[in-house]
Formats: sequence, C-alpha cells, structure tokens
Amino acid sequence: MILALVMAAAETAPHAESAGLPIGAILSVFRMIVVVIFVVAGLFFVLAGTLGVLRLPDFYTRMHAAGITDTLGAELILFGLIVQSGFTQTSAKLGLVAFFLLLTSPTATHAVANAAHQAGLKPLTGRYKAPSLDDILDTAPEDEAH
Amino acid sequence: MEHVMAYFNLGAAFFLLVSMVMMLGRLLGGPTVYDRILAVNSFGTKTVLFLCLFCFVIDRPDGLDIAILYSLMNFIATIAVLKFFRYQALDVSLETAHITKPNEDAS
Repeated sequence: MILALVMAAAETAPHAESAGLPIGAILSVFRMIVVVIFVVAGLFFVLAGTLGVLRLPDFYTRMHAAGITDTLGAELILFGLIVQSGFTQTSAKLGLVAFFLLLTSPTATHAVANAAHQAGLKPLTGRYKAPSLDDILDTAPEDEAH
Repeated sequence: MEHVMAYFNLGAAFFLLVSMVMMLGRLLGGPTVYDRILAVNSFGTKTVLFLCLFCFVIDRPDGLDIAILYSLMNFIATIAVLKFFRYQALDVSLETAHITKPNEDAS
C-alpha cells in the first residue's frame, strides 16, 4: 500500500518539479527512510535469532529462534531492498527470492523438528533455572575433567 | 544520496557477516547433529541475504540469480542431509520410506 503510493508519486514527480517544488528529492528522502526502517528492523531480528540460537538451552527452543531469522528478518530485509530498487527487473528477482524463502524456510524448520522428534530427542520440560556465574565457574573445570 | 545508500547497504552486509560468524559457533559446538543442521540452514539463509545486499553495494544485480539459486539449493541440501541421517542412505524412495522404521530396526 505504502509502496504503491510512493511509486505512483514518484511517477508524477517530474511534472510537479517543473512547478518549483522539489518533490522528487523529498520522495527520494522518504523512500530512503522507509528502506532504512525495514532493513534495520530485519537486521534486528536476524541478530535476535542468532543470539537465540547461540544462547537458548534446548534444541527446540533454538529452532524457535532460528525460525525468526529465516522468516521475519529475511522478509523485512528483502522488502527494504525491493523498495530501494523500485519497479525494475531487480525487484522482481528480489520478490522471487522472498517468495522462495517464505516457502522453503518454514518447511525446512518443520522437517528438522520432525526428524529430531522422530529420532527421539526429548525437549527440556519443567522450570528452567538459568545457571549463575558462580556455578559456571565452579563446574566448568570438573566437566572438563570428566 | 546514492552513496549514502551504498554505504548503508555495505554496513548491513557487514552486520550480516558478523551474524554469520556468530552462527558458526553453534555449527561447530552443537551438541546434537540437528543443532548443526539448523545452524547450516540458518547460515544459508543469511548467505542469501548477504548476496542480495552485496549486489546492491557493487551495483550489479546479476548476482540476484545466484541468490535465487542458493535459496532453493539450501532447502534441498537441508532435506537431503536430514534424509541421509534418518535412513543412512540417499537412495530410499520417500513414498515407501514410512514402511521401514529405522528406530525399531536399531532397537
């Protein structure tokens, strides 16, 4: 919706510029702001998913974090790039990439979860108590000894 | 204006590279094989995003074809590796695969 409005306004911009208003420059800045918002939001979700995969305690919770990266972060970054490129062949290819990622990423995540469940990997249940720093420092050398 | 967006895309691509290096930690130190497969899958998605951003940085949109190809190949590779670790072979027909249950054979 917003994208269509920006594109429609960008087409009429050269005619309005002859009237003295720098609408083209204003729309360029507006499009840049939209691109920065979408790409930065996508990068935030990518970083959140990566930290989740690194830090969460269980395979199934890690998979939940990886799903965030594969769908929401990727789609936001690709949508930002589509707005940046405008109505060109490039944006069509980016749309194809976004479509394929939207199809294949949840399917792959589901397949990994199904395979792990079929293989008998048990999820963590019950209340999870995060280890304190003293526990990590005390038990780490003993784990190494085992 | 174009220079500003080029530098912004370059910064975003560098951010993705940092995220990919962090994902290597789970890939190398995952306790189970499924953690590693998940890390490889997520790494591939980030590679597709990095390719798209890098094509915008160098202003050559030809590389987007490679991004499309990689996004499809990543999915097929994940399914193939999962099938290999479940059936211990790749030439198992998926139509008849549900008849043989490898867990019961192992036990």
